Amino acid sequence: MTSLLILVIVALLGIAVWQLTKIFDLTQNKRQLGEEFKSEVATDKDNNINGYLMFGFLAFIYILTIYSCLKWGYMPLLSNAASEHGKDVDQLMWISLVVIFFVQFLTQFLLHYFTFKYRGEKDRKATFFADNDKLEFIWTIIPVIVLAGLILYGLYAWNNIMHYDEEEEVMYVEVYAKQFGWDIRYSGDDNVLGKANVRFIEGVNAVGVDMSDPNAQDDVLAKELHLPVGKKVVFKIRSQDVLHSAYFPHFRAQMNAVPGMVTQFAMVPTVTTAEMRDREEIVDKVNKINHVRNKRSKELVAKGEAGLEPYVFDYILLCNKICGRSHYNMQAKIVVESPSEFRKWLSQQPKLGKQVAEEKAAAAAPKVEAQPTAAPEKAEATEIVVDTTAVVAQVIK
Amino acid sequence: MSAVGHELTHDHAHDHHHKETFITKYIFSQDHKMIAKQFLITGIIMGIIGIAMSLLFRIQIAWPEESFKVFSWLLGDDFAPGGVMRNDIYLALVTIHGTIMVFFVLTAGLSGTFSNLLIPLQIGARDMASGFMNMLSFWIFFLACIVMLSSLFVESGPASAGWTIYPPLSAVPEAIPGSGTGMTLWLVAMALFIAQSLMGSLNYVVTVLNLRTKGMTMTRLPLTIWALWVTAIIGIVSFPVLLSAALLLIMDRSFGTSFFLSDIYLAGEVLHYQGGSPVLFEHLFWFLGHPEVYIVILPAMGITSEVISANARKPIFGYRAMITSILAIAFLSTIVWGHHMFVSGMNPFLGSVFTFTTLLIAIPSAVKAFNYITTLWKGNLQLNPSMLFCIGFVSTFITGGLTGIILGDSTLDINVHDTYFVVAHFHLVMGISALYGMFAGIYHWFPKMYGRMMNKNLGYIHFWVTAVCAYGVFFPMHFIGMAGLPRRYYTNSAFPMFDDMVDVNIIITMFALIGAAFQLVFLFNFFYSIFYGKKASQNPWKSTTLEWTTPVEHIHGNWPGAIPEVHRWPYDYSKPGYEDDFVPQTVPLKDGEKDGGHH
Repeated sequence: MTSLLILVIVALLGIAVWQLTKIFDLTQNKRQLGEEFKSEVATDKDNNINGYLMFGFLAFIYILTIYSCLKWGYMPLLSNAASEHGKDVDQLMWISLVVIFFVQFLTQFLLHYFTFKYRGEKDRKATFFADNDKLEFIWTIIPVIVLAGLILYGLYAWNNIMHYDEEEEVMYVEVYAKQFGWDIRYSGDDNVLGKANVRFIEGVNAVGVDMSDPNAQDDVLAKELHLPVGKKVVFKIRSQDVLHSAYFPHFRAQMNAVPGMVTQFAMVPTVTTAEMRDREEIVDKVNKINHVRNKRSKELVAKGEAGLEPYVFDYILLCNKICGRSHYNMQAKIVVESPSEFRKWLSQQPKLGKQVAEEKAAAAAPKVEAQPTAAPEKAEATEIVVDTTAVVAQVIK
Repeated sequence: MSAVGHELTHDHAHDHHHKETFITKYIFSQDHKMIAKQFLITGIIMGIIGIAMSLLFRIQIAWPEESFKVFSWLLGDDFAPGGVMRNDIYLALVTIHGTIMVFFVLTAGLSGTFSNLLIPLQIGARDMASGFMNMLSFWIFFLACIVMLSSLFVESGPASAGWTIYPPLSAVPEAIPGSGTGMTLWLVAMALFIAQSLMGSLNYVVTVLNLRTKGMTMTRLPLTIWALWVTAIIGIVSFPVLLSAALLLIMDRSFGTSFFLSDIYLAGEVLHYQGGSPVLFEHLFWFLGHPEVYIVILPAMGITSEVISANARKPIFGYRAMITSILAIAFLSTIVWGHHMFVSGMNPFLGSVFTFTTLLIAIPSAVKAFNYITTLWKGNLQLNPSMLFCIGFVSTFITGGLTGIILGDSTLDINVHDTYFVVAHFHLVMGISALYGMFAGIYHWFPKMYGRMMNKNLGYIHFWVTAVCAYGVFFPMHFIGMAGLPRRYYTNSAFPMFDDMVDVNIIITMFALIGAAFQLVFLFNFFYSIFYGKKASQNPWKSTTLEWTTPVEHIHGNWPGAIPEVHRWPYDYSKPGYEDDFVPQTVPLKDGEKDGGHH
């Protein structure tokens, strides 16, 4: 591959140098003294050639647009939102895209067509046309109207997404980020997440839950994010080290994880993993991906390396804020399932209170007395986790 | 440089300066024209480095599992053991590429060059208000370049937290190796950079306000000057905020304060920081960061206005509307920074406000684009290379700007935030566009800078290959972004869901390699023409503005005699009643003739 790359570059450089020498040969003819600069100013011939090229370039832009849309524009991701608010996002996205493509098509046409049409000729004079209030008014007011529509729609959707009803029955789930992975904490039967701070991190208590908080005892830690379909879930998002971003592309959801602060994002998953896997577009996409993976796999096997596993569709949680070396591989699987499947799965997970107690018991017996007193003291001193987004949401109401 | 051959004319009247030595003329020069050239050439060198870095990480992202000799050659065995780029070095390259291109090339290289060259020449001044501060500004910039480049040779690697250097990643060396000495040097370099930028900007603002020649009212200023002047004002307003952010970050890093840090557990222990907030840093950073993109784009717009008008042989359409939109953009640019932070965890109500102000910017931008297009209508377009780059500018500005409607909308930003969609957007709308503006400026004012012409055919080759490659690189990126692919990933192979996008990345990288290779044509043309280009005449493009009334050979003080007086606006091209298709600003109005385009 390297040699191919070098060959390509060398070939291109060769062409460039050859062109250079040609041009210099052509331009060596001496002109009249003081007039020689004129050979570097565009002539009618240059205007003609470049005018036509401009027209060609317009075609290039159109073809590139159409090719890209056909080749890569088929994006199940734009039409298969797996959350309630995702449909609004997608609809607004489509409207915006239509506006964009229309304006792009039109303005690029005018720009390149005018360049072609009015390419310079020696004996023509341009029209002295410096101002026209009416025209300028028109192209100020049209963007104003279009943007007003987009802004209103956008703000309406944004407010719906960012604010959830406190009265509503929701499920609280903590999404906890660290270099380079995700931990998920469920609030358990009481639906209240126990207080937490990184200063409580110890052993099995990987996300720093304050175990002196009674609400913390039934919390559940997991590595996969399981969600019941149709239930509003409020993600409480924390980070233990640097900025991360919890990105759920299939659900049109994203929120940064900020150390020292709890951020949140609420959504309702509407399509289970199993349903999504059966959708025609997703089956197509998976086949396409597996086609690529098979090819790559064969190459790898031929080299004596291990082949690739075939791809199976899963919702995925990605990190989308630069967070260090392995930022590119910070992921967690998301499973959306029926409420009964979810309850069953959750009941199989160990409760944090029990896990911590077991860990303590397993540790050497003589140390038991010293441990429990140390932790609560710390807790009072450092309880400063502030949920700013929740406060704000209330203020707005 | 000594062969440039700008000997002073012996007989000019204003030769009251001491005889210049090589040092005072070419190195510690206080002449704005020489300083402009110094900025330009330093900017070009930084540009070569910045673009070379992008090629390295493009090769990595296209063929992530391969080993490349070029990595071993250029990065060394430490950073690329066995020819495989280390993952933190990938991030370092991304970081330094961004920093160099945004600040060192498109701010200092663009604004520094053309503000210095054009402000005195186009307003009719003998030099900048303070020649000494101007000189200081360049040399501090030079120092900033040296410090920034020296960070590449630090053992733990250069800064790698992204050009936005969000803490805690940038603050704690345990988080990433580049946040050690590399980050310190980055901060020092940026502090120097900001100092030079402020010196330059103050100078530009004062010069435009105070040193205009007789008759040069504000509404007779060429749009280049309007753009450069407003750019300088934005710089003065916003750069100090970045400086304070950098200072606070230095405190957090070195003196144990907690402005931006709180509750951090790293490498098995709790760090002492408490009570700070990274979101505060994001606000401070983007308070500069967003105006910064207008600091980059406004000079390019100014240059485009000037060059399009001169080459269309037609007045710029809507001169007053252009000024109004420059001012509107400048004002709005300072109140939209929050659109970089829709999902940062800040108050969602702020998100609504910033969506509103952000989308408002589309209005003056649309007015500008339409006015450029109307300027072409019924013109007599002289398609010189500079003109082609201006048309390219309008094209990429529209293509890149339109997707701003998506990114500026908080609802839509949720899903494309920090994906390749953003990369595509800002590279087209400010990266490529500003670069085109810079190229247009260089091709157009090269005769003014060096007294010689650049080769036009090489210019055409340069433009056409660049134009095709720029679209080839950045257009497909929109699609991988909409498919949810995050930026700043060392490889995409960790997520099988992106495997059907592998071919896109290879296509993009091929276009990038070809496009970059053809920049060599420009470099050759530029440096060859400095010494061997065709001798320029005084006004080769038949322009109306004042810089073309100065002699071809540079003299200190610009005009051998008195400074010319200005009688009309700068866009009297193809004016009815005149035989020539241009009327210089120095020609008095005829009886009953109206000045300007607005009647």
